[in-house]
Amino acid sequence: MILRELSDAFGVSGNEDDVRAIVLNAVRAHVDEIKIDAMGNVLAVKHGTGQDPLRVMLAAHMDEIGLMVVGHDDNGFLKVRSVGGIDPRLLPGTLFSVGPERLPGVIGVKPVHLLQSGEAKKVSKIEDLAVDIGAQNKDEAEKLAPLGTYATFATRFRELESTVSGKAFDDRAGCAVLVELLRGEPFTFDLHAAFTVQEEVGLRGARVAAFAIDPDCAFALEGTIADEIPKEKDASPTTRLGKGPAITVMDRSFIADRRLVRLLIDTAEDQDIPYQIKQPGLGGTDAGAIHLAREGVPSATVAVPSRYIHSPVALLSMDDFDNTVRLMRESLSRLTCDTLE
Amino acid sequence: MRELIKKLVETYGPSGAEEQIRDTIRAEVEPFVDEVHVDAMGSLIAHKKGDGQRILLDAHMDEIGVMVTYVDEKGFARFTPIGGVSPLTCIGSRVTFEDGKVGVIGVEQKRDDADKIPKLEQLYIDVGATGRDDSPVQVGDPAVFIRPFAAQGTRLIAKAMDDRIGCAVLVEILRRLEETPHDLYVVFAVQEEVGLRGARTSAYGIEPDVGIAVDVTRTGDTPEAKPMAVKLGEGPAVKVQDSGMIAHPKVRRLLVERAEEAGIPYQLEVLERGTTDAAAVQLVRSGVPAGCLSIPCRYVHSPSEMVDESDVENGVRLLLEVLQNPL
Amino acid sequence: MEVVALLKQLSEAEGIAGFEGPIRELVRQSWEPFVDEMHEGKLGSLIGLKRGTGPEPRPKLMFAAHMDEIGLMVTGIEKEFLRIARVGGADPRVLLGLEVMVHGRRKLPGVVATRPPHVLPREERKKAVPLDEIFVDVGLSEEKVRELVSVGDLISIRREMSELKNRRVSGKALDDRACVAAITLSLERLQRVQHAWDVFAVATAQEETGLKGAVTAAYGVAPDAAIALDVTFGEQSDVSKSDTLPLGKGPTIAIGPNFHPKLVERLKEVAKDREIPYHIDPIPGRSGTDAWAIQVTREGVPTALISVPLRYMHQPVETLAVEDVERAGRLLAAFVAESETSLLEDLAWKVDERK
Repeated sequence: MILRELSDAFGVSGNEDDVRAIVLNAVRAHVDEIKIDAMGNVLAVKHGTGQDPLRVMLAAHMDEIGLMVVGHDDNGFLKVRSVGGIDPRLLPGTLFSVGPERLPGVIGVKPVHLLQSGEAKKVSKIEDLAVDIGAQNKDEAEKLAPLGTYATFATRFRELESTVSGKAFDDRAGCAVLVELLRGEPFTFDLHAAFTVQEEVGLRGARVAAFAIDPDCAFALEGTIADEIPKEKDASPTTRLGKGPAITVMDRSFIADRRLVRLLIDTAEDQDIPYQIKQPGLGGTDAGAIHLAREGVPSATVAVPSRYIHSPVALLSMDDFDNTVRLMRESLSRLTCDTLE
Repeated sequence: MRELIKKLVETYGPSGAEEQIRDTIRAEVEPFVDEVHVDAMGSLIAHKKGDGQRILLDAHMDEIGVMVTYVDEKGFARFTPIGGVSPLTCIGSRVTFEDGKVGVIGVEQKRDDADKIPKLEQLYIDVGATGRDDSPVQVGDPAVFIRPFAAQGTRLIAKAMDDRIGCAVLVEILRRLEETPHDLYVVFAVQEEVGLRGARTSAYGIEPDVGIAVDVTRTGDTPEAKPMAVKLGEGPAVKVQDSGMIAHPKVRRLLVERAEEAGIPYQLEVLERGTTDAAAVQLVRSGVPAGCLSIPCRYVHSPSEMVDESDVENGVRLLLEVLQNPL
Repeated sequence: MEVVALLKQLSEAEGIAGFEGPIRELVRQSWEPFVDEMHEGKLGSLIGLKRGTGPEPRPKLMFAAHMDEIGLMVTGIEKEFLRIARVGGADPRVLLGLEVMVHGRRKLPGVVATRPPHVLPREERKKAVPLDEIFVDVGLSEEKVRELVSVGDLISIRREMSELKNRRVSGKALDDRACVAAITLSLERLQRVQHAWDVFAVATAQEETGLKGAVTAAYGVAPDAAIALDVTFGEQSDVSKSDTLPLGKGPTIAIGPNFHPKLVERLKEVAKDREIPYHIDPIPGRSGTDAWAIQVTREGVPTALISVPLRYMHQPVETLAVEDVERAGRLLAAFVAESETSLLEDLAWKVDERK
């Protein structure tokens, strides 16, 4: 299952090799051109039937948030910093995979028995935490995990009752959707797929990919927040599991092109595909970088809702995943030059 | 110019939904230029052809607003800002949606920190619904503040002076401009309020030799104001620097020289927080010498922004001097 | 070339972000003998080209170090005192008691003025002085001040470079003029060396206000690979070791998402080959240097970052070890000398590559 393979792969921003290899393997037979650019993005073209001169870009990012080793203390512990935005509250008690050998490493904190009053309420800053890989001293730590070594959450993908769990659904879910679309039938136009790098550190890969592709329009495929746990007051959950793909109207990185949003909504309603509008004003995606390329690119973002997407274990519904693929396939089938008039 | 200004400020056009204001401006400028088109992001670009240097003049047509994020069980709508919206200007304000529906912004009465300025999350829009089913608005609908144009002496007051006043200046320039040796592109940009987005992409397409934005700037002339040299009524302000850019010394000098030669009053502006489309134009491709002529404005980003008519008129005159002469 | 003299010249020159005229002229003169042509970019960067000897079309390698410094600007005149704003990230904590130069109708020496602690209430004495309570005093009457100074005039910091023990130097603007010096040293070495690539030496403008010179110069040059040079945090007593690097132990080579892994490997190989000591500087995200802008220019540029460890960044007492500057210059020159045009091939990610 492509989502499983992608979710388990190791690929912190700047170190996406493993994910790239899986992607290349999964799509090569289904595309007509494929290459890797200077930043490490995979750029693939699936030729269309020739009926439409439109250049359509689809982007999903291969990188995930993680840690980088920035120092070693005398006791053999690794000093680390966050790559992309890790919530420090999630770090104590978490299991990591460190370096190319995937060494298990743990972050532990002072046992509760030994805490002074008030300490239990404090959130430890990452500067004060350390990863323990079992090294006995500084030298050993430096050899096993030199400066610059990356670490990811060590979570393994699982199938639960009616959902699946795993790490990095942001954005391996989007990558899996893109893989599925490439495996299907060609569209009337050339589809330019970009499996991008370094979204989590500033939408970096998408920016150069969009410049190179110079598309007429673009869609970013994502995994997004579903914040459904009970709250004190009646407020938005951002998106909900089971309610279908989430369409972005506006987030912090861009305002979606209204014509593309209309295309998505009309298609969903026509084809009876459940959909939801993501709570506007939250988060950012590759579309934020793509839409500002050169003279501008009308763009939209469609995402698979996922609970706890920012944590080591996220949850998503395969129904939502399948409906996201469906919505994209159907919408792209209706996309023509006229859509952008 | 009052009629023009009134028409522009009262038209609906939040960032990302500028269709109505674009149509209004297009009708105003089309008769005076060689070519008008709309680019991929939605910016309106008017071109008056010439053989000389390529000049880009820019004003943004989008205004700040709010977007519905959630409609609760009782039909009240929560919102997120479009651009820089302060809770201080929201409470009791009226907003209007694209189709004319009206709402009132209210605030949660039970707040832990009742003495502090409420956060935007503690506000809501009342559109007169009783539940989700009869709500006339839905998630993703954008709205702008309502405040009609008013004039008091030479002071002009309305919402969206930022930057419809800049648009008015550019429209007026096109109306009055007879001859220019330059290749002139006038851009009415979209999405400035959410990150100078339209200016960046339109400038990439145009590749100008020089860029000048026309936008509002703050003043330091109200009670207990933070120190700032600019005052209403003392002339348009030539920007030296703001938080997003340093004006190219050549462009700054050009504006100052033309003003002095023609006897047009002007001020020099250093703005500590806030920037304009010029900051985006400046970084395009291999760079563009860029600057900004600002219209001094009190109460920026409130529904009652105030400018002085003489500053507007002098702004028009100054830019005409720039356009009618070689750079 | 006498490195300390070069550093002194560069450090003491004026050239605030956006108004780099004097420093640009100085760099132009020092690069003149070593490059084939030079021009000024649209935002004020200086771009020099030293052509390689390989067959055309030759790949382009860009070096970038920023020549602008942080400074102040007049925002208003109150009585005979000047209100100020920062140009770039000047640290307000170190402004007090500085000697400055106000660039009005003529140059006016002045000092940064604040109220003495004796007259302040106790609680205020403990707090850092906010920028809007800091003024500049040129010692003239209000009438004279208004005649000679206007809003928007620049104020530069006056500070002579000092030579400390162990070949350490301390002064203003060593961020990043020390690295401009490193580029100059490398250009001097390249006079005696054949190299296949075209080298574009760029002294960027307006880095301190948003990497603007780098963004635009990189677009214009469109290099095939780039090495940025900037300063990094040197060990000092009040900062954690994980965030700093030692002085005098060589320049640093950065690793992280901002840097192309193969370019970094190549730099390390060259350093080992030529026995140039270096340290690894792990940077998990934004590097805060020209490298951040250059990497995402056009279709992407393989980029690396070499840094000189520097203490007390953005303060007029920036301190570094001269030998780190020399080594950075040597490393750059060695890298160029050892770069065949095949390097371009080596840098490319291959679809069929297996790790």
